[in-house]
Amino acid sequence: MVSKSVLQEQMAKQEYKYGFVADLDEDTVPKGLSEDVVRLISRKKKEPEWMTEWRLRAYRHWLTMKEPTWSNVRYPPIDYQNIIYYAAPKPKKEVKSLEDVDPEIRALYAKLGIPLQEQERLAGVAVDAVLDSVSVATTFKDKLADLGIIFCSFSEAVLEHPELVRKYLGSVVPFNDNFFAALNSAVFSDGSFAYVPSGVRCPMELSTYFRINAMDTGQFERTLIIADPGAYVSYLEGCTAPIRDTNQLHAAVVELITLDDAEIKYSTIQNWYPGDKQGKGGIYNFVTKRGKCLGANSKISWTQVETGSSITWKYPSCILQGDNSQGEFYSVAVVNNYQQADTGTKMLHIGKNTKSTIISKGISAGYGRNTYRGRVQIHKGASNARNYSQCDSLLIGSTCAAFTFPDIQVQEPTAQMEHEASTSKIGDEQLFYCQTRGITPEDATNMIVNGFCKQVFLKLPMEFAVEAQKLISVSLNLEGTVG
Amino acid sequence: MTNVAVALDAKQTWIAEFASSEPDLAGPAWLRPIRKQAIARFEAAGFPTQKHEDWRFTNLAPLLRVPFKPAILGRPDGVLAERLEPFSFGVLKTSRLVFVNGQFSPRLSYLRPLPEGVRVASLAEILRNDPGSVEKDLARHAKYEDDAFVALNTSFFTDGGYIEIPKGTVVEEPIHLVFVSTSHEMPTVSHPRNVVRLGARSQATLIETYAGWAPDVTFTNAVTEISAGPGSVLDHYKIQRESESAYHIATMTVDQDRDSNVMCHSMAFGAALSRSYVHTNFHAEGGSVALNGLFMPSGVQQADNYTRIDHAAPACTSVELYRGILGGKSRGVFNGNIYVRKDAQKTVARQTNKNLLLSKEAFVDSTPGLEILADDVKCNHASTIGQLDENAIFYLRSRGIDEEAARHILTYAFASDVVNQVKVAPIRIKLDQLILSRLPKGAGPGEGL
Repeated sequence: MVSKSVLQEQMAKQEYKYGFVADLDEDTVPKGLSEDVVRLISRKKKEPEWMTEWRLRAYRHWLTMKEPTWSNVRYPPIDYQNIIYYAAPKPKKEVKSLEDVDPEIRALYAKLGIPLQEQERLAGVAVDAVLDSVSVATTFKDKLADLGIIFCSFSEAVLEHPELVRKYLGSVVPFNDNFFAALNSAVFSDGSFAYVPSGVRCPMELSTYFRINAMDTGQFERTLIIADPGAYVSYLEGCTAPIRDTNQLHAAVVELITLDDAEIKYSTIQNWYPGDKQGKGGIYNFVTKRGKCLGANSKISWTQVETGSSITWKYPSCILQGDNSQGEFYSVAVVNNYQQADTGTKMLHIGKNTKSTIISKGISAGYGRNTYRGRVQIHKGASNARNYSQCDSLLIGSTCAAFTFPDIQVQEPTAQMEHEASTSKIGDEQLFYCQTRGITPEDATNMIVNGFCKQVFLKLPMEFAVEAQKLISVSLNLEGTVG
Repeated sequence: MTNVAVALDAKQTWIAEFASSEPDLAGPAWLRPIRKQAIARFEAAGFPTQKHEDWRFTNLAPLLRVPFKPAILGRPDGVLAERLEPFSFGVLKTSRLVFVNGQFSPRLSYLRPLPEGVRVASLAEILRNDPGSVEKDLARHAKYEDDAFVALNTSFFTDGGYIEIPKGTVVEEPIHLVFVSTSHEMPTVSHPRNVVRLGARSQATLIETYAGWAPDVTFTNAVTEISAGPGSVLDHYKIQRESESAYHIATMTVDQDRDSNVMCHSMAFGAALSRSYVHTNFHAEGGSVALNGLFMPSGVQQADNYTRIDHAAPACTSVELYRGILGGKSRGVFNGNIYVRKDAQKTVARQTNKNLLLSKEAFVDSTPGLEILADDVKCNHASTIGQLDENAIFYLRSRGIDEEAARHILTYAFASDVVNQVKVAPIRIKLDQLILSRLPKGAGPGEGL
């Protein structure tokens, strides 16, 4: 039998290699939240009147709301007046081309391995990088524009494509949807916007890289992706933050809309700073993500690998409104040390012949608490709706915890629902077998964990899948032993 | 009136009722403060509303709107023995205690020869003659602190079954508790309270039947407390066949000692609104429990099933299987929670809920849940909701079986997984009959789906 202590010791020694701080001159607004701050943010972004109004409505509604407490995560109360709601790297001059981007920022992204620079265009990924709250650079814009694809920062979209933004903003996640969505609607600073016109298949992966750099800031970005009839787009999102011993709030909103026959594939690798071994510091990642399959035969697919954040609390969901539409959710959530994750999905079947698939893998180690919470709802009239859910949990060490709270509501007799869940630890027999074949316990654990997650990794774009695998072994600190 | 106002109003009525009837409630001195604490808890918590997570799908307003008269005001009225005949199990020989509207009816009850030391009696009688023997069990297992209905029962109960099996004793014949609810002009309410104690290595089979007849409007709020001693074996059946205009809320708490083995079967057929809450706790190693449930609402019935299995000790096994068959405009809820505490290593827990929707208007909610704080465990749950397989129906029809019969065969087969767990053959036969009699008539919902 494997000596438990070796394994656990290895896992406890987690390292976060993205924990550097770039010394950038930051343009911030004063701490705290008020109508003036909301107006100030809006003014800084040179937003039109309607946008300011929308933010203010959201803010006023937020004031009437109470912070939800039903989740299975524990954290001390957040002081919303002690957060800087807007921080932008101060531009030394107008940014005209990539060469003009602050070299410090470029160095920062190079450090992160983000292919921002021209010579790395061969990587074939269009990147929109969002630092603290503001989009700093977007690559490949022209090439995408030739196809009619709009891919830009959210603030740019508000100014240049107001008709699209007005039509869809808040149509999936209204500003009064929940506490954190309302907060985001009031103070969101930037984010990504993508629009793929009718019949166009986006030739490359669109990608956004989020990073929180400044201290005491919250990051509130907003992403809106629209796929017109017959369009296809695959979108990637990655996130990191420096090591700080205070908690930082990240409350983003993502809205996806697919029209007839369109498809959006949304992948996330979330690696915010998870806090140290004693659970100090780290990001509170409270995010609202939702997609709406508005048109017939449309499809939305969420894939997420959640390794970072001290607390992750999010449910990427699909509203399957169009007939024959499909929703998918593939998730790997890893918690180690004192991390907590309460994540899952909601699938709302409204249209006929709608299908959804949920595959969720939770891995808990150290003192981590991992919760799967999901809801599958079949509305009356959603005939022949089909759902398959599977959520498995893997426990490493005796101090971690795993929870599953699925909820299935059916109002339609022709619906077919299946839900399965299992919780277990890495089998002693499996480890023993690997060891008899000369594989070290660390390698064996890694193999088993990777095998456990494989179903989800297969859904990621190739480059991301490799990164995700590495990230998991780093999170569990089995790094260096991968065979 | 809004639902909230109704709940508040009903709460005030119950509190006033307690104030006036408290002096008449029988019981030894140690029980009085417990009753008072329970009503205080009830007063503080009130009736749950649909905002309460566990009551999301259960609207209590129709129940709370009925001006129920506590059955302690009434007397056991003239229920004829023949009327209870359909609630017996054919050739099965049982001792039987009958309670009419919550009060023991010696006329309808009989005891068969029991092994020495076994006590089967009415709780009211025990409280009068030998209250000391229930003191360590009564209100010790079922927690009234966070359940309004357990609190109400604890405040108001007057009678119920008391069963005590001494250590090492095997009771071969089942013990049958029958709770009959009747009403004439006035809707009636009863709060049966059962206390069951199994000594070390004892064995028993216990049946609880809840009976009533349409169109009586009654409300039964039952609580059963069971403590299973080391190595004891209990086979428990709860068969709910109340009037279809009745309300039925039942809580069962089982505390299990080392190596005890408990099977709880819960079968819900009757009542406009029924809710069964089964809560089992493992207090020492090696215990096992099987929760087995079938709910079969039709028309406008609602059947809720809540279960919680608390693995507080290592190396215990739980197996749970609940199946729902829903017709008409009925609603069904399954909410199962398995809680594996820290250090409850070597736990094995398996939970399955399967639901069959027979009609377009039926609704079911299934919420299986696992909360696991130990790592060396094997836990899984599975839940499905679906309809009859059209291919299977087609196959049967191609063999010359008409459509109605084909649907009946498949529905019956769906239920039989649960029924087959029943060890006592006459009970199994009775359940089969009940299921068959409740299958929807006509070609079934296949039309127009």
